[in-house]
Amino acid sequence: MSERAVELEVLRYNPETDSAPHFQRYAANCREEWVVLDALNFVKENLDPTLSYRWSCHMAVCGSCGMMINGEPKLACKAFLRDYPGVIRVEPLAHFPIERDLVTVIDDFVAKLTRVKPYLIPKEVRSLDAGEYRQTPAQLKRYKQFTLCINCMLCYAACPEYGLIPTFIGPAAISLAHRYNQDSRDGGRAQREEEIAATEGVWECSFTGACSEVCPEHVDPAAALQQVKIKSTIDWYLAHTMPWLTR
Amino acid sequence: MADQMTRKPYLREVPRLRWFFRHPRYLRYLARELTCLFIGAYTLLLVVGLTRLAQGPDAYAAFLDALGSPVGIAFHLLALGFSVYHSITWFNLTPKALPVQIGDRFVPDGVIAGAHYAGWALASLVVFWLAGAF
Amino acid sequence: MAKSNKPIVWGPFAAGGTLTAFLTPVLIVLTLLAGLGHAPDLLGYEALRAFVAHGVVQLGIVGVIFLSLWSAAHRLRITCYDVGIRADTLVATLVYAVAIAGTVAVAVILLRLPAL
Repeated sequence: MSERAVELEVLRYNPETDSAPHFQRYAANCREEWVVLDALNFVKENLDPTLSYRWSCHMAVCGSCGMMINGEPKLACKAFLRDYPGVIRVEPLAHFPIERDLVTVIDDFVAKLTRVKPYLIPKEVRSLDAGEYRQTPAQLKRYKQFTLCINCMLCYAACPEYGLIPTFIGPAAISLAHRYNQDSRDGGRAQREEEIAATEGVWECSFTGACSEVCPEHVDPAAALQQVKIKSTIDWYLAHTMPWLTR
Repeated sequence: MADQMTRKPYLREVPRLRWFFRHPRYLRYLARELTCLFIGAYTLLLVVGLTRLAQGPDAYAAFLDALGSPVGIAFHLLALGFSVYHSITWFNLTPKALPVQIGDRFVPDGVIAGAHYAGWALASLVVFWLAGAF
Repeated sequence: MAKSNKPIVWGPFAAGGTLTAFLTPVLIVLTLLAGLGHAPDLLGYEALRAFVAHGVVQLGIVGVIFLSLWSAAHRLRITCYDVGIRADTLVATLVYAVAIAGTVAVAVILLRLPAL
């Protein structure tokens, strides 16, 4: 594998000195097989130690290095240089406030995840004597794909509705709620509906589908959201036409 | 070195209309959403047609003539294109909204969508036949 | 956060979207044929007039018109917001009003058809 000189155009922002973000160019000596994260690391180690960005695992499992690469939300460790001829434009993840350089403020995202009660809420009180929960492969399959979320927030950067309506709870949060709702061990769906079936819950979704297209783990949040819409709609009509069928 | 860093998060504005051009998928989404204009307009056209039908044979004949005008034909062709795009996008998305789990497998998306396409073809043939088109 | 009443408008939207996906293309082809002078039998004045006199057919027509107009209206509402028209309550009122007006108009027309 040979070398490649890569031009990076990176959006910089220093809250202590800048009034607005601005682009800065770097010429990085990379190897052909590198990813954008490697190029950023080269810049930080050799050219500009002040460049700030999040990263950790370098293998697309931690969800830390999400950023806009040529306008697309991607994990920097999964964006191969060979797919980007020419100048590579690197910006912080869209729709999030910029803390500094490529680091975004993710407080809103974390708060939304917390709101959906992302933990098992047992159907009934269960003593230790009852032993462990048993689950068939079919029961596991029912929610498995929605467990794969690595909280990388690419879906929020891709979602046009989140961009237009920041109060929208968003794809990852709803998929997470759906993951627990579909889990046979869980009995907390009614509680989660308070957040999910609210206006800022699933109902801001217009099924653009961008979230599923950019998801690096193939969680398919768009599918989760539509399934939640249908379930919530059925719930609503049942509650308003046959309220004696309380859940 | 300051004891506490000054935080001043910067929020980038979402461009009102340019966001559609960020990626082809958003243009495809816009096209899909715009199908509602043609389906809605066509349905209103049907309402007009029923009004003309109620007004008698002359009014109805004039309505059919108008359908055959260049504008009428053009509208029909556009409406047909957008309507078919609506159908295709709707059927392709249905498996996502209504997954079918059998045992520990899901029915493949293609099968569910395919069944809808088949149903669409069948329904269209039935309507054609009922209308006496053949 | 209170649960939304969005299902009231989304339910008919989903039903209408499904209905128009199956039905609208073939209807367009039928009226296109009629416009081109090759009207299918049922679209001839006498046949159609007799067809829409049946109560069951009238019910069907009103249902199809309502669901078709409603799903188009709802989608238009969302699209308006997407392109930056943020007065959602106003837009919603307008689009749903058109859908309801169209439905009522059809119902009135059919109900007032003189008996054959």
